[in-house]
Parts: sequence; structure tokens; C-alpha cells
Amino acid sequence: MSKQSPVFAVEPERYELTSGSIHHFDLARREFFKLLGAGIAVFAAATNSHAAQETAPSHGFHPQDLPTDIAAWLHIGEDGAVTAFCGKVEIGQNIRTSLAQTVADELRVPFESVRMVMGDTALTPFDAGTFGSRTTPTMTPQLRRVASAARDLLIEAAAKEWNVAPSSVKAANAKLTDSASGRTLTYASLARGKTLAQNLPAEDPVTPPADWTVAGKPLSKVDARDFVTGRHQYTPDLHPAGMLHGKVMRPPSFGATLTVYDDSAARSMSGVVIVRDGDFVAAAATTEREARAALAAIRAQWKEVPQVSSREIFSYLKNNAEAKTDGRHRQQQGLVETALAGAAHRLDATYNVAYIAHAPLEPRAAVAEWSGDKLTVWTGSQRPFGVRGELADTLHIPESNVRVIVPDTGSAYGGKHTGDAAIEAARLARAAHRPVKVVWTREEEFTWAYFRPAGVIEIKSAISPDGKLLAWDFHNYHSGSSGIETPYAVPNVRTEYHSVSLVLRSGSYRGLAATANHFARETHMDALAHSANIDPLEFRLRNLEDARLRAVLEAAAKTLGWPQAKKENRGMGIAAGHEKGSYVATCAEIAVDEKSGSVRVVRLVTAFECGAIVNPDGLRNQVIGANIQGLGGALFEAIEFENGRITNPRFSRYRVPRFRDVPDIEAVLLDRKDIAPAGAGETPIMAVAPAIGNAIFNATAQRLNNLPLIPNGLKKT
Amino acid sequence: MPDAIAIEVNGKRYPVQYPPETPLLYVLRDELGLTGSKYGCGEGQCGSCTVLMAGQPRRSCQISVSAAVGKPVTTIEGLEKDGLLHPVQQAFIDAGAFQCAYCTSGMIMSSVGLLQSNPNPSSDEIVQFLQGNVCRCGTHPRIVDAVHQAAKAMQGRSR
Repeated sequence: MSKQSPVFAVEPERYELTSGSIHHFDLARREFFKLLGAGIAVFAAATNSHAAQETAPSHGFHPQDLPTDIAAWLHIGEDGAVTAFCGKVEIGQNIRTSLAQTVADELRVPFESVRMVMGDTALTPFDAGTFGSRTTPTMTPQLRRVASAARDLLIEAAAKEWNVAPSSVKAANAKLTDSASGRTLTYASLARGKTLAQNLPAEDPVTPPADWTVAGKPLSKVDARDFVTGRHQYTPDLHPAGMLHGKVMRPPSFGATLTVYDDSAARSMSGVVIVRDGDFVAAAATTEREARAALAAIRAQWKEVPQVSSREIFSYLKNNAEAKTDGRHRQQQGLVETALAGAAHRLDATYNVAYIAHAPLEPRAAVAEWSGDKLTVWTGSQRPFGVRGELADTLHIPESNVRVIVPDTGSAYGGKHTGDAAIEAARLARAAHRPVKVVWTREEEFTWAYFRPAGVIEIKSAISPDGKLLAWDFHNYHSGSSGIETPYAVPNVRTEYHSVSLVLRSGSYRGLAATANHFARETHMDALAHSANIDPLEFRLRNLEDARLRAVLEAAAKTLGWPQAKKENRGMGIAAGHEKGSYVATCAEIAVDEKSGSVRVVRLVTAFECGAIVNPDGLRNQVIGANIQGLGGALFEAIEFENGRITNPRFSRYRVPRFRDVPDIEAVLLDRKDIAPAGAGETPIMAVAPAIGNAIFNATAQRLNNLPLIPNGLKKT
Repeated sequence: MPDAIAIEVNGKRYPVQYPPETPLLYVLRDELGLTGSKYGCGEGQCGSCTVLMAGQPRRSCQISVSAAVGKPVTTIEGLEKDGLLHPVQQAFIDAGAFQCAYCTSGMIMSSVGLLQSNPNPSSDEIVQFLQGNVCRCGTHPRIVDAVHQAAKAMQGRSR
């Protein structure tokens, strides 16, 4: 399965992932059974290459009796309860449900009997993080292999008990049946009184997608009832006994340093704990209001530094590229310059992409509690083990003293990779000798988190008279390299990513730079098609050899009904691409209000193919969700900044998609049971912006080369 | 000790120690431990903190606790009766109308408010009414479906 997946490489735009790694196991096998009770346990070593990169340990202490590269483990208790452990986290992508489905399917037990323990550094195997659409392609096969090995173990135990050949024992519905005599044994009865553990065999065949019974079905979210009753506790809802609320004093601008500091008035307030550590100033008190009041009572002055503003960001990025291009992220074939120089039909253009914010509805938050020199932190994070490392480094304590637990989290979209709130809460809790909770305000979230980087993309291109690409010269400044390579067949091609030092704190965002690179490429392809008087779909197909990409393009076009006769003030656009092993094409239909210049997206059809589908319901939610989220960055989202300050750090100033913005959306899911499942959280966002931009061109003949496309509506021509 | 104010939440009377100008949301969450109502923006723009006050959906981050005196408050925790989910809660499960679910409490409370005043809303009316509730995961179409389903279930129930 793993052979088809591309090797996992960290893209340059994951600026936030700088931390070195850690990796050892806190849980020895003896403790494992002590914790979970007797039963049967199976440990999966991460033997395939890319899973190993996400889960593999490097240095550090390993208990002698555990393999060093475990990716997942599973336990069947004496009551038949199945618990599977993995380091991934649930952030709304519904992976807790689809992983439980996978385990139930392979182990042949009811879905309800499986519990997933996730994102707890003391209980789950090391995991690099929940990002890059990696959970389904890496964790699903791991858990399948673990569950399959556990099933084999149970079959062998039953065969031994009955003195029959294992091949005559069948497993179904948490029971084993001897096909000759009809005798049965439950998994629970076999697990009773045992502490049986096994490492995974090197090769263990798993159930092929065509034979799935629990996986592949639309099941509703695990613990759904807790979410509709308000019972589920996100990090900001936790309240350990004696807890204080913490608040951090933020500098007036990025990079400002503290020059004058006097906290005598604040220190005289009762029940208040003040921490000053370098430029870090924070307060903790019984209520958030008191903590805020304490900060307000501190006299502080800051020295500010001059900074680039959003008005000049694009010229700044273009003019400040580092001389050396990133050699890992380039495509080079043929003679681009010669082909461009000799071509009769040329088209060159520049595309700009603004910074945007993730704006997860649950802001960054953490609760920290010390017990002696041991620290436990609950935090909404995509990288519990990464945050553990950050905490250990910042607080100068051994990693083995830190436990990070991630409650199912109110979304992240790539924005929760760093441990900022965790560190703040832990630093305050250490001083307060009590648990401390830090919950960022929306303004802090919009200001002090990291952004999807802005970027400038320049394309030079040439086509032949019959509409074949001859030359493609593509340069991305700063926004990143994901999806930078063109999937179209072109004999002379050069794609380069040019890094620029950070202006604003930047990092991963759903789909990474694939959204920017696809916007530029697919807008440019549209412009080329129009300049050659060829239908944009036909132009793409004429230059495309990739059968999977053709399939999604054709599926989206067919569902939308492409081509259609042009209607007054209406337009249709198409865009496509592939990234991280999955394929997407989006068709957009828009309507323009001539008087007001407002553009309404009327319809989106997104065809998506990510190999075999694990949970069609969850997948549909992800695809439609990505399309809706993509509307914001496509149409109006942009972070504005000046003098080191974000000038629109509120929902009243930073527009996100709301109900009225949501068009009729269709997700056309192509199920390829013959291809191993790839992740689906990111790729469906990539084609939305160019499809809409191309539709606007179709309606108005205005070519929009910047994201967001129409922050203030269409300009009159 | 000054006379503490008291508010009624989910049919229960609570004395309140926090200052009367404190936003209701902070009293609910931090003083009464009712954390189902969520902080999302603090400026009434996202709807995550929506509760019913005297039957009307209100942004609890925008009203002081003193304004809730004498006006019964219902939060997400107060919808379930005798272990039975409110039809709107059930409809959200049936329609799969959440992903990360952080917005769900507010969405449900707004929808309950809508269905009280308009038992059979059109899709446009639902969209209009929920315009002030933000969902960042993009579950909007399923939320609209859920409100329709709930409307149907509630009409079937009341004769």
C-alpha cells in the first residue's frame, strides 16, 4: 500500500515546524497492562518508509521490551472492550470516527466496541503531528495491520483451545466460530486472564476495500451526543480544582522590546500572580477579569521597530528573495528561455496572494498543572509531541517530565502546530503553584498566531498554434512550494520556489501553498485558453496525460453541465490539480450584480478522488467544508497590517464565509477501490479560487490575478 | 457583603458573585460551570455563545449578567429533558451537522430560537437567521438541513 504514496517531505512553508525531535516511549509493556488491565495487546512497528518518518524515533531512551518504532497499539480487554492508541488528534476532520471504523472493520467487532485513545503523549505512540493529510494514508494501514494481527492471535488461541486448524476458525462480530462443529468463543472470553502481547509480523494481509463492512460506510461522529449537549470539554472548558485564569501582556507591535517596567501596583493586588521573564509578562488570578486588571495596573513601555505594511508587501517579497533558490523544489526540463524567446504565442502574468488567518473558532488555549517537577498540559494542538518538546525546551525540563493531552479540538486548519498557549500557561502555573488556564482572545488569535504566508507568483508561458503548451516558467516568491509543479505536459518547464525571510509569523494552512500555486497556474491556464480561443476544459485536456486528473475534470464538468451557452451576468469557470495523492477539479458558476458590482457564487461542483473511500459521509463533509472555507480566501479574506500591528484582528473587520455566502455545492466523489486511500482534508480547497476567478472572467472579461479576488466587490470597468 | 444578584438558568436559580457588569457568558462558564456556551469572539460576531434569554436567542458575550435578572436563561445544557434530546439536537446528529462542533451549541440555540418564532422556516429564512453564527469548518448546508429536519419533527410532535 505504502509504495504508491510519495515520500513525506516537509514543505518549506511549514515555517512553524522548526523543532528538532524527541521520541521515546513513556509506557513500558508492564505499565501498559497495569493501566488497561489484562487482555491481548498488539504493537505495530512502523516498518514502511514514510510512516517511519512520521513515527520513527531518533535518539533517547527506549524501554528494552518495546520495539523502538511503534506507530500504533491495540488492546482487547477482558470485557471485550477494544482500545486502539495512536498519536493523531481529532480537530473536526472526524478521524476519531474513521480510525475506529477501520479497527472495527479489520478486527471484526461492532463499531461501538472500539475506543480510540488519541493525542496523549503518555499513552499513545509518538507521532509527528496531524497535518499534511497523512492520517488516512499512514495511520489507517497501521491500525489495520495491528487489528489484523490481533485477529490472527485470537484465531490461533481459539484453534488451540479447540484443537483444530486455524484455517477452520472464522472471526465475525467479536466472536470466533469453528466452522466444523459450530462452537463459538467470544473475544472477551479469550482475553480473560491473559497478558498476551505480540509485535506485528512483518507482513500481514489486511482486508481489501472491496470486502470492508464497517469501513466505507457513512457513520456519524463518535460521541456525537456530547457535542450537541455541550458536554464535550474543549480545552477552554477545563477547570481543574484550584485553577487560576492567566493573561499575557502583548507588546504593542511585532518585535517590540520591553524598556520600562513597574509592576508594584499589580503585585499589591490580592490573589494575583505576576510573571516577568524577559519580555514575557503575564498575570494569573481567580478570574479572567482580575488577571486582566492586574496587567492593566502594570506600567510598561516598549521600543518598537519599523516594519513592512500590507500595502507594500508584494513588491517587498519580490525584491527581497534570497539569491539561492530552493533546489529541492524545482522542476527543470528542456530549454525554457529558448522556447519562450522563439514562441509566437506568449503570455506572461504576475499573481499576488495575501496573508490569511486560520481563525479556528476555538482559540488557542491551554491548561497547565504541575505536580512537583512534572508538568501536564491540556491544549488544542495538531502536534502534541511537538508541543511536549517545546515545553521541555522552553522550561528547561526533561521531556520525560512533560505530558501533553489534546482534548478533541475546535478545529485548526494547519494553525495549531505550535505550543504558544501551552508555554504561557505552564510558565504561569509554575509561578502560581496552581493550575493555570490561558485562553487567547479572538484579537490575540488574529494577531499572535501564525498566518498563511503571502506570496508573489510570476509565470511566463508559450503555446503552439494548436494550443499545446510549449514553455512554462513558474516562480513562487515566499508563499511556498506545495503544488508548485505543473501536472500538464510541457516540453520546456522550470518551476522554482524562492524563499524570503518572514515578514509576519507564518506557517501551515490547509493545503499549504498549493492553494496559491493552483490559483496562479489554473488562472493562467484559463487565460491561455482564452487567448488561443479554445474552451478552457478542452485546453486542459489537450495538455494533460494524467488519467486521474482527466477523470476529475471530466466528472466536475459533466455534473455542472459544461459547456453552456453564455448567460447575461453569469459566468462559469473550471480549475483542477492534484496534491498529496489526491485529485480535485472544481467548476464554479457565479452571478454578477451589475449595479452594485457584487459577485455571488451560485454553484460549486467539486469532483474529488483520493483512492478508496474510508467514510463517504466524513469525506463529503471534508470536501464541502474545504470548498466553503476556500470561498473566504478566494473572495475576501486578507490580513491587513501596518507598523507591526494587525489592523483587522476581529470578525467584524475580517470577513469569513457565512451562511449567505454559501452556494449550492456538490461533491462528486470518485471511489477508486484499487488505490490505497490518500488524505482528503486539504486538496479539495485548491481549485476553488481559480474556478471562481475564471468564472468572473467568463462573466465580465475582467481577469483578476490577486487573492482575495474581490475584497471590495468588482471594480467598474 | 452586598446583596448578590441571582439569575435563573435552565430552571435553576443561581446567586451570582461576579460583578453585575460581567458579560453573562463569563458567569455561565466560569462561575456556574456551564461551559457548553462558547467564547468565539467576544464582540457578538460569531454566535458561539448564543443562549435563550426570556425565550429570545441572545449573544451572551454582549449582555451583562445584571440584564439577565428576572429573565430566564436557557443554555445548551438545558435543552435535554429526562435524557431525551431536543429535536434540534437530534436533528444535528441525524444530519451530521458538525465537524469540530465548537460552533454547534450556538447554532443549536439560534435554531431553537428561530423555530420558536417560525416553526416552518424556508431555507432562505434559516440562512438569514443564522447569518450571525460562524462555522469555520463549512458545515452550513448540513446545518440548514438539520433545521428543516427539526422543524418537521417538532411539527409532528405538537399535534
